[in-house]
Amino acid sequence: MKLKKKTPLIDQHDKYGFWGGKFGGSFIPETLKKPIEDLTKEFHKLRKDRKFIKKRDFYFKNYIGSPTSFIKLENLSNHLGGAQIWAKVVSEANGGAHKIYNATVHALICKSMGKKYIVGDTGAGYAGKMLSMAAKKFGLKCKIFMGAKDIKRQKPNCDAMKKNGAEIVPVYSGSQTLVDAVSECMRYWVSNCDNTHMAVGSTVGPNIFVKICGWSTAQISRELKVQLKKEFKKIPKKIKLINCVGGGSSAYGFWSEFIDYDKKQIELIGVEAGGPKKSQLHAAPLSRNAKIGILHGAASYVCQNNEGQIKETESISAGLDYPGVSPIHCFLKDTKRARYTYATDEEALQAYKMVTKFEKLNPSLEPSHAFAEAIKIAPRLNKDTIIIVNSCGDAKKDRDILKKKLGKY
Amino acid sequence: MNYSLISQSFKNARKENRPALLTYTVAGDNTKKTSLRILKSISKYADICELGFPHNTPIADGGQIQTSSYRAIKNGIKINDIFSIVNDFKKNKNNKPIILMGYYNMIYQYGENKFLKKCKKVKVDGIIVVDLPYPENKIFASKCKNNKINFIQLISPTTSKKRLKQIIKDSHEMIYYISMLSTTGGKLKVSPKKILQEYKKIKNQNKYKNVVIGFGITEKTISSLKMADGLVVGSALCKEISTSLKKRQNPVKNVTNVVKRLKNKIL
Ligand SMILES: Cc1ncc(COP(=O)(O)O)c(C=O)c1O
Repeated sequence: MKLKKKTPLIDQHDKYGFWGGKFGGSFIPETLKKPIEDLTKEFHKLRKDRKFIKKRDFYFKNYIGSPTSFIKLENLSNHLGGAQIWAKVVSEANGGAHKIYNATVHALICKSMGKKYIVGDTGAGYAGKMLSMAAKKFGLKCKIFMGAKDIKRQKPNCDAMKKNGAEIVPVYSGSQTLVDAVSECMRYWVSNCDNTHMAVGSTVGPNIFVKICGWSTAQISRELKVQLKKEFKKIPKKIKLINCVGGGSSAYGFWSEFIDYDKKQIELIGVEAGGPKKSQLHAAPLSRNAKIGILHGAASYVCQNNEGQIKETESISAGLDYPGVSPIHCFLKDTKRARYTYATDEEALQAYKMVTKFEKLNPSLEPSHAFAEAIKIAPRLNKDTIIIVNSCGDAKKDRDILKKKLGKY
Repeated sequence: MNYSLISQSFKNARKENRPALLTYTVAGDNTKKTSLRILKSISKYADICELGFPHNTPIADGGQIQTSSYRAIKNGIKINDIFSIVNDFKKNKNNKPIILMGYYNMIYQYGENKFLKKCKKVKVDGIIVVDLPYPENKIFASKCKNNKINFIQLISPTTSKKRLKQIIKDSHEMIYYISMLSTTGGKLKVSPKKILQEYKKIKNQNKYKNVVIGFGITEKTISSLKMADGLVVGSALCKEISTSLKKRQNPVKNVTNVVKRLKNKIL
């Protein structure tokens, strides 16, 4: 299994949609074959269409607000001693997280395909909130599928969805979290694929959804590359790009421009959700060595039992609370280009506390997992090492959880 | 595979001038024992019995089958139990074909070859894998064939003409036509006339294939489709099990009565 240079990772799959011969694919019911084939053709056409790219760039700049800033966390770096810690503040993007890139692109594709309805899944509520924003902006009717447990714990984002005129469909099956929301959303699409477009909220699902999402979030690393050159005159010799991984859309977007670099120069570190310290449950299929399985139309490492039943997960962070992970991250793991680890709920909370104490930054619980790893490794490294954390979400949505766990927000 | 039990069942039904009746129930719903009793009892009226192997993340099943599946998993059903249900069933009713139906991950975890070996041993007649479409299913389908097990291809209203031809060409003895854009258990939202038109398109390609129609078939709708080679009823049976349990009635008896009534409507 080998990575190709000079080819975007999203395109390094075989004709059946598998990365590295075994991750990804399209394990879908027959009914979805045609809509997925149509979508694949459309996306293929659009990404080569100059006018479409211009349109995308226009909305990325004027609607999403690119570029998001790249800042040094001076106080945190000084406090920890060791490596320099920087942040790419993707939470500045319109809506407060990276999910806006994928949502905007899906809305544009939906328009281009002449469909009036758009549906999507959400865990933390950001994917849903962003899709509702994009739907409103482009005049589409929007339905969001969300686990009942997540609706309770991510209320601010639900309020936003409703305000944008989207319908939230609560999902009561299974663990009532993201995994169930994605299943229900796919089931809805099976029944309504003739007039409805589906957006999958991360780099997961059947092959084409991995590609569209990765193509959208790649904007993050395009910006970062320019910013690095501006800040340091050239790409520094020792960089560590740390990103939380739920489905893996923000991590892929943060890394895509840098995958061709030698890992001694640019190390890629993905941080999954380790769950509560005392719990057996987690949402860390990559770093805790789950077996390959098929979930939501793709093969990836999946938390599951011997029989192939998907396991319940547990994490304080709704956005990372998912048993599967993107096939492209499985590929990056097996080719050893990226390293994956996890942070527990407690570590993420401590990281949140420390970052907000020293910096004017308010990362949500998902990127707090990434900060936990940065805080762990920074003291051992010298100051020529540049750690960059993707602060990909704003903590406003976690207000209730943070208040409860830390006594204040 | 000329004289497989599946083909034989269609032939028998055709002789009686009626479609074959196919039932779908979930293995282990609500327990291993009950589901076996249901299977044995309904096979008096059904021609072919589909047995679902329940998955907890089913992306193409509606509420009724989900409920049955979750119930069976909660009550501890394992893949090996499912094989033992089939084994037990076959010991008594050797002439009724059994088709296993489920999601690919369970076969993948069990191991394709081991799964098929087990199927062969307990005399499974056919397999439907909901999320392994054509052409991705080619290898698995040919493995089935080598084991004298029918791999059943699915065709839906969205299947393009070109695909339709290819799928039929590569299909075994039976093809499953999904009546409408829906998960299982949806209300029939397409007219029977329209469904039969699509059905005929398949038959016109190859009249020797046994084509069954499924999704949305209930006591209300079954007679309107009775010119098909076979008709599948699933969610209506799962629903009956749920209702029986809720009312503390005997699901074996109640489900059997539903199947009996379904049969009467297509005679
Ligand atoms: C702020 C934030 N970060 C990360 C994630 C995890 O998803 P992904 O790994 O696709 O970036 C989510 C998902 O909801 C999120 O809202």
